[in-house]
Amino acid sequence: MLAYLFRRIVYTLPIMLGVALVCFSLVHIAPGDPLVSVLPADASAELQTQLRAVYGFDRPLPEQFARWTWRALHGDLGLSIATSRPVAAEVLRAVLNTLRLAVVGTAIGFVFGCLFGFVAGYFRNSWPDRLASMLSVLGVSVPHYWLGMVLVIVFSSQLMWLPATGAGPGGSDQWAWDWEHLQFMLLPALTMSVIPMGIIARTVRALVAELLDQEFIIGLRAKGLTHLGVFRHVVKNAAPTALAVMGLQLGYLLGGSILIETVFSWPGTGFLLNAAIFQRDLPLLQGTILVLALFFVLLNLLVDVLQTLLDPRIARS
Amino acid sequence: MAAILTPTAPDVQPLPAQRSRGYWSSVLLRLRRDPVAMAAAAVVLLLVVLAIAGPWIAPADPYASSMFKRLKPIGTPGLPLGSDELGRDLLSRLIVGTRLSLFMGITPVLCAFAIGAAIGIVAGYAGGLVNTAIMRTIDVFYAFPSVLLAIALSGTLGAGVVNSLISLTIVFIPQIARVAESVTTQVRGRDYVEAARASGAGAFTIVRVHVLGNVLGPIFVYATSLVAVSMILASGLSFLGLGVKPPEPEWGLMLNTLRTAIYTQPLVAALPGLMIFITSISFNLLSDGLRSAMDNKS
Repeated sequence: MLAYLFRRIVYTLPIMLGVALVCFSLVHIAPGDPLVSVLPADASAELQTQLRAVYGFDRPLPEQFARWTWRALHGDLGLSIATSRPVAAEVLRAVLNTLRLAVVGTAIGFVFGCLFGFVAGYFRNSWPDRLASMLSVLGVSVPHYWLGMVLVIVFSSQLMWLPATGAGPGGSDQWAWDWEHLQFMLLPALTMSVIPMGIIARTVRALVAELLDQEFIIGLRAKGLTHLGVFRHVVKNAAPTALAVMGLQLGYLLGGSILIETVFSWPGTGFLLNAAIFQRDLPLLQGTILVLALFFVLLNLLVDVLQTLLDPRIARS
Repeated sequence: MAAILTPTAPDVQPLPAQRSRGYWSSVLLRLRRDPVAMAAAAVVLLLVVLAIAGPWIAPADPYASSMFKRLKPIGTPGLPLGSDELGRDLLSRLIVGTRLSLFMGITPVLCAFAIGAAIGIVAGYAGGLVNTAIMRTIDVFYAFPSVLLAIALSGTLGAGVVNSLISLTIVFIPQIARVAESVTTQVRGRDYVEAARASGAGAFTIVRVHVLGNVLGPIFVYATSLVAVSMILASGLSFLGLGVKPPEPEWGLMLNTLRTAIYTQPLVAALPGLMIFITSISFNLLSDGLRSAMDNKS
């Protein structure tokens, strides 16, 4: 198993390098000069070459990539063109906000997804199964940014129970786990939870349905085990896959939160990306995407490792 | 030659012709017996009709704005579904917008189907070093969450229809290529491919005659499952201001511009999103039905 884990980790390294290469290339596939938003319109040719040298754009591409990667490894993602602040610090603050939201969203999705999935798989082809299957199709089909808007319309604009946008009273971005702050998180987290809920419900239903047909379950039943006892065995066998799906979904939510964050003005990475795109702040865009993508790769690795530890059969296949 | 091969058999009455049903027609038959899939297919058909005939069906000009008719509620005389923030008839905009919205959602999947299937079949059939080189490159793109990659690419390339089609195509290519590679690798090991190779057929002929017919079906079904995702993503890009530009009617963009109206006309503001939802759920149900119709080996 150690050999398998080692191979899995080594295999991740070239992927991470590739991800870095894609992020690096973003600046160079962008139309126009990467300096276009810092250069004044009437900049002299002299100033242009000077700035080009300052940002390192005058060097050959492979050298630029090597330097950029080296600096990124040391936590230096360059300076934001719009604010001149270090990109790494901005991204770190935003990532924490997004992570909080995504973790809560995934947790809600996991709990309900497992619940629906188990009920559907256990009572196959009954009405709870059809209901749960319908909910999971709805979950994966709903445009989540629209669902967010609908929730705002219902709970903020009509019922006026919950705040519509922001991440804290008075627009503060100091987070605390109290009701004052949690009420801001409720709607976006609920919106986010819908996709993992649908996918986890689907996965768990298939897992449970397949497990119930297996001989060892029939054997357990034959020896007179109660429903609850059989249920325990099913949970144990379904858990590794369900947890793995949850881990991946957390990664997707982290990377895909931009739409939901835009709807709720949540001050996370999506908000940062939005600003970077519309101010053409390429270093900020590049840095945010690099951090999120690497996070996703590492999360994948972690999920695989945990799954192997929980279920050693994977390493042998 | 012919004389030798043609058996001079005595009068044998041929068995009554009973051709077995072809694979695809049996899939269609099973699909027709699935009420949910048929309902979804009907909705998709209706949307296609709207996309084609929209401009002739729409009761009013979708571009004509009027300052006096801004943000009217649903059911206003002359404005059955109300009006948007510029006083344009929402019903007409929703109908006419079907064409652009479907186009933005389906085109990337079609392009990615063509390119991704080609890449995957080449990788799967060639095997060895070529396979490794192609698939490891694909893995890098697969390592990005799809929403993030779409936004990274279209954010960098800039807003616009073509750029958002390009970014979504790039997002779906790795997913389709992976499926194509895995089914091609399976087919490649089959006896009939071996036999064709032994009888001297070239790689191109084998792929064309023996591989394509067996792999395109599964790849296509997978691609249909991406249409719903693509619809949501394409409208999402427009919702962010990265896709279609105003004043074109497109559901995502309409949803974005109507966001300001969620306090004054909440029902009207939610309508464009409902269209995206209906479209994506119909494609999802149709694709689910297609998959289970093809799965059934009986």
